[in-house]
Amino acid sequence: MCLAIPGKIVEIDGTNAIIDYGGIRKKASILVMPDAAVGDMVIVHAGFVISKIDEKEAQKTLSVFRTIDEIR
Amino acid sequence: MDAKRQNFSSAIERIKKMLGGGKIRLMEVCGTHTVAISRAGLRQLLKPDVELLSGPGCPVCVTPASDIAKVLWLAEQGITIATFGDMMKVPVDGRSLFHLKARGSDVRIVYSPIEAVDIAESLADGEVVFVGVGFETTAPAIAGAIVDAKDRKLKNFSVFASMKTIPTPLDIICRSPQIGVDGFILPGHVSAIIGSKPYRFIAEKYDKPGVITGFEPEDIVDGVFRLAKMISNGTAGIEVSYSRVVRPDGNVAAKRLMEEIFELCDSEWRGLGILQNSGLKIREEYSDFDADYRFKIPEFPDAKDNPACQCDKVILGLLKPNQCPLFGTECIPTNPQGPCMISSEGACAAYYKYGE
Repeated sequence: MCLAIPGKIVEIDGTNAIIDYGGIRKKASILVMPDAAVGDMVIVHAGFVISKIDEKEAQKTLSVFRTIDEIR
Repeated sequence: MDAKRQNFSSAIERIKKMLGGGKIRLMEVCGTHTVAISRAGLRQLLKPDVELLSGPGCPVCVTPASDIAKVLWLAEQGITIATFGDMMKVPVDGRSLFHLKARGSDVRIVYSPIEAVDIAESLADGEVVFVGVGFETTAPAIAGAIVDAKDRKLKNFSVFASMKTIPTPLDIICRSPQIGVDGFILPGHVSAIIGSKPYRFIAEKYDKPGVITGFEPEDIVDGVFRLAKMISNGTAGIEVSYSRVVRPDGNVAAKRLMEEIFELCDSEWRGLGILQNSGLKIREEYSDFDADYRFKIPEFPDAKDNPACQCDKVILGLLKPNQCPLFGTECIPTNPQGPCMISSEGACAAYYKYGE
């Protein structure tokens, strides 16, 4: 039930935002992510933006197998 | 073999090499992890060196029969029920919301609690109750719906509060020699809300490691790798592998909102009984939005699941889904006998779907 989906904020009106999920657009609330801005990549659960995706950290994750290689 | 797959296999080989023949048991406590692990076939790839267990991470699965009975009672009073779809088929004494809907009760599936508020606004008269199950990931959305209903000045919207907090059952699991867990794959989205600090006791009190992990197969392998490393080195800490989403303090605004609307309460978990301060109830100031308060819901202490159902043991990792005598015979997704087969994120449903 804690499934949450990444998307991009394309519009904000008060606490309502429009999120683009690779072409499909749906409404979500930014009540608990008040500093969300248009263009942010976010994680949405049950109609609420719960977290922003940190791009630098995402890049680090992409290199996770390289890290595993190094630790060996 | 493509490069990605090769990297994947070599990472798993490295985990096994690091353990040097030793065997470890890791538990995840999130239904989304259960499904991700099954879908990627990780259980098979990692065994026998790493055994992956599913814990009490599916909200539908840990909701006790007595709470489901209360929701059925509400539906029978002519109240409109708005619920996440997974709750529809959970049977109590042979009945479910699905059965009641077929008999004419107004039961509606929603994706967001806000949709339940929309339904309440659209009804001229008639009450709407949202079935508030979920962990800390979902609780802010439910709190947000209460705020929204208050802003819209609705008098016909309330929540049946059956929310639970994740860290408490982990304490019980850590203490159980019977379950025997060496480390935890911690839930990514619960942690997006609560951060990493609430899990510290796992390392400090029980000397067991935990890694907050994302949901891609690579994320899970990274989580397992970090756990195996800590276990091999004899260290215990709480690490964040899902750092692109989880901050150490979590989501401060969400925690503040939860704190404003809810307070901790004792809560009953399927398989675990009543755990102190493991649930969230609606604060008195918001009792107009509390279905329990509005409708004086009776208690159903005798509400019963199918007595042959072993979900209570599956939830604790004491029994693998395929070790339950009902699994795959009497209990299948189209005719489920217990919540772990009903919920799409239940351990039994995941094992069945992916042929484990």
